[in-house]
Amino acid sequence: MFRRVTFRKLSRRTVLAGTAAGAAAALARFPAPAIAQAAPFKLGLLTVKTGPLAQGGIQMEQGVLTYLKEKNYTLGGRKVDFVSADTGGNPAGAKTKAQELVERDKVDVILGPLAAFELYAINEYVQQQKMPTLSLAAADNLTQRTPNPFLLRASATSSQAMHPMGHYAATELKLKRVVCIVEDFAFGYEQMGGFQAAFQKDGGCVTKKLWPPIVTPDYTPYIAQISDCDGVCQGFAGSNPLRFMKQYASAGLKYPVVTGETGGDDALLKSFGDEALGLVSCCPYTLDNPIEANQRFVNDIMKNYNVIPGFYAAGLYVNCQVVDAGLKAAGGDASDKTKFMAALKSVSLADTPRGPIKFDHLNNVIGTFYVRRIVKEGAKYGLKLWNKTIKTYDNVSQFWVWPEQEYLAHPVYSRDYPPLGKC
Amino acid sequence: MTVRHALLAAAILALIAVPYAITEQYYVNIASQILLYAVFALGLNILVGYGGLVSLGHAGLSGVASYAAAYLLAAGHGHVVAIAGALAAGLVTTAGFAALSLRASGISFIMITLALGEIIWGLAYRWISITNGDNGISVATRPAPFGLSLASADGFYDATLIVFLIAVAACAIFVHSPFGAALAGTRDQPRRMNALGFHVWLIRFWAFMFSGLLSAVAGILFVYYNEFISPQALALTASAEGLLMVISGGAGTLLGPVVGAALVVIVKNVVSAYIARWNFLLGAIFVLIVVFMPEGLVPGTVRLFRVAWRSARRPKPATAAAAATPAGEPKP
Repeated sequence: MFRRVTFRKLSRRTVLAGTAAGAAAALARFPAPAIAQAAPFKLGLLTVKTGPLAQGGIQMEQGVLTYLKEKNYTLGGRKVDFVSADTGGNPAGAKTKAQELVERDKVDVILGPLAAFELYAINEYVQQQKMPTLSLAAADNLTQRTPNPFLLRASATSSQAMHPMGHYAATELKLKRVVCIVEDFAFGYEQMGGFQAAFQKDGGCVTKKLWPPIVTPDYTPYIAQISDCDGVCQGFAGSNPLRFMKQYASAGLKYPVVTGETGGDDALLKSFGDEALGLVSCCPYTLDNPIEANQRFVNDIMKNYNVIPGFYAAGLYVNCQVVDAGLKAAGGDASDKTKFMAALKSVSLADTPRGPIKFDHLNNVIGTFYVRRIVKEGAKYGLKLWNKTIKTYDNVSQFWVWPEQEYLAHPVYSRDYPPLGKC
Repeated sequence: MTVRHALLAAAILALIAVPYAITEQYYVNIASQILLYAVFALGLNILVGYGGLVSLGHAGLSGVASYAAAYLLAAGHGHVVAIAGALAAGLVTTAGFAALSLRASGISFIMITLALGEIIWGLAYRWISITNGDNGISVATRPAPFGLSLASADGFYDATLIVFLIAVAACAIFVHSPFGAALAGTRDQPRRMNALGFHVWLIRFWAFMFSGLLSAVAGILFVYYNEFISPQALALTASAEGLLMVISGGAGTLLGPVVGAALVVIVKNVVSAYIARWNFLLGAIFVLIVVFMPEGLVPGTVRLFRVAWRSARRPKPATAAAAATPAGEPKP
C-alpha cells in the first residue's frame, strides 16, 4: 500500500519535471531568422544606455536614428533593420552583446562600442568573426601598433585632437608652461601624451601631470597642485568637465584652460556656466560648423529628440554615412565581409557634419579638426554659451606632423610616456 | 530519495541536452555564462549561506585567478601552467583574505572583505606593467583538453558543465560532511561551538579556502569565456552581483545560487535586449523576492509548493477515499 502511494507520487513528480524540462527546451528554442536574398541590411549598435556613460551612449543611438530617419531607413539601396544593444558600459557586457548582435541577430555591421575597454573586450572576437566594426572608442593602438583589420574609426584616436591642440596652445596661445590634469585611465594617458608631444615639439613644456581618479567627488586636492604655469590642459570625459571647471573657477585660478573633444563637448554647453567662458577645445566635430551637411544634421536631431548634439551623436551619424557609402560601393552586397570591409575603408566623403573625411591604411580617419573657444556671442538653439570656431586644421591624421614610421617606433602614450622634461 | 535521484538525473540530462536543444549559438553561450556564474555563486554561498559570513570581495578572488591565467598565457606559457598558476594565485590570495578578514565577523567582516576586494581592483587598475590597466589583457586561445577544442560555443559549454557538476557535487559533499555541519554550527552558535572544543577560526578559514577555490575556478572559466579580463570584472558591483545571486536564489541551499545566477544572467543579457530599463526590472524582481520569499527563490518555491500540495490533498480524505490516504505523510 505504502509502496504504491510512493510510486504514484514519484511518477507524478517525474512527469511534472519532464513536462517542465520539455517546456523549457521548447521555450529556449527561439526561431532562427531566415536569410533571404532580398533580406534587409542589418545594422547593429553597441551602446551604453544604463550607468554613468549613458548620456553619451544615448546620443550615439540618436545620431544613428537621425540618419536612418533622414534616409527613410535605407542604406546603400537596401532596407535597414536596426538593432540596438545596451552593454551596460562594462567589458563582459560588451562581449555578450556583441555575440548577441553577431550570432543571434546576424548583423552585417557593428557600430560602437563607446569606451576603449569595451572595444578591447570585443577586439579579438570581431576579428575572428570578420565583423566590420565602426567604433567611437579612441584606443590609439587599435589603429596603430596592433591594428585590427575589421575596425574602422571615423571619429578620432585619443590623441588625434590633442596634437593640434598642443600646436595651437604653443603657437597661437603662446603658452610656455602647462599643467595637465586628466582622469586616471588609458584615454586620459593617451590624450595627455598627444598634447605633450605636440606642445613640446613647438617649444612648450608640460611641467606636471595630475591624475585624479575617474569617480571623485572633489578635485580640490588636485587643483591645489596647479601652480607655476601659464596654462592648464584638462582631458575630462562624461560630466566630469562640468565639475572640474566649476571647482577650478571657485578655486580662483585664472590660467587659460585647453582641452580635447570630450572636455569641451557641445552637448555640455547647456550645462556649463560662466566658469567655462574662454575654454579652448579641439574636436573633430563642431556644432558651429556652417556647412549644409551639419545644419541638416543639427536641425534633424533637434527636431527628433530636442537635444543639442555633441561629438557622440555626430560621430555615429558620420559612421552611418560611411556604412551607406560603403554599401553603395559594394553594390548593396555585404555578405562577403572582407570585401565589404575593403569597400568601407576606401570610402571618402565630402559632406559630413564634421567636414570631409577619408581613411588611412590603418583604418583611422583623416579629417578636419576644429579649435573652438567658449563665448557668449552668437549662441544659437537657445544656448547661453557657444563653442566658436577659431581655427581649423585640415587633413589631420593620427600621426600629426610626424612620419608614420617614426611615430609608430615610439611606445603608445601612457602615464609615463612621454616623460616629463626638464624646464 | 528515489524522487530526488530521478529529478537529479532529469536535471543533468536537461543540462547535457542544452547544446542539442538550442540551435542558436548565442543562447548556448548564455547557458555557459549561467553555469560559470553559478560556480562563483556556489563558492560565495559556502561562506554566506553555510558560514554566515557575508563577503563583498569575492570578485577580487576570482579576478586574481583570471588575471593570473591571462598574464601567464600572455607571457607564452601553456594552458596547464596558466590554470595551475591561476588556482595557486587564487588560493594564496584567499588565504590572505581569510587571515585578515576572519579577525572580525558581522559588519566588520563585510567591510574588511570589501576593502580587500577594492585593493585588488586598485592593483588591477594601477599596476599597469602587469595588468595593462583598464585596457585589460586579451587571451588569444581557449584550451583543448584531450584534443577537444573549446573554441566553439558547444565545446565550451560542455567543459563548463563538467566543471559545474563537479562544483555542485563538491559543495554537496562539503555541506553534508561533518565539517559542513561544524561550519553551520559556527554560523548558528559560535560561542557554543567554541565551548564544545571546535576551533571556530580554523573551520571558518578552511571554509573560506574552499569558497576561494570555487571563485578561482569561476575566474578561470570567466577569462576563458570572455577571452579578456579588465578591472571592471573585479569591481565592487561584480562582488555585489554575486551576493545578489546567492541571496535571491536562497542562501544556504545547494540549488539557490544556481537559480540566482540564472536569474541575474538572463535578465542582464537576454531580457535587456527587449527592455531598455532592465536594471529597474532586476531591482523590482529582487524587491518582490524580498517581500514574498525572503528566504530566497528556491526555499520559497519549495515552501509554496508544499502549502499548495497540502491544501490540495486536505479536502480529499474528507470527501472520499479516506482509507487510501496514508496516515504519515512521507517527507520529500
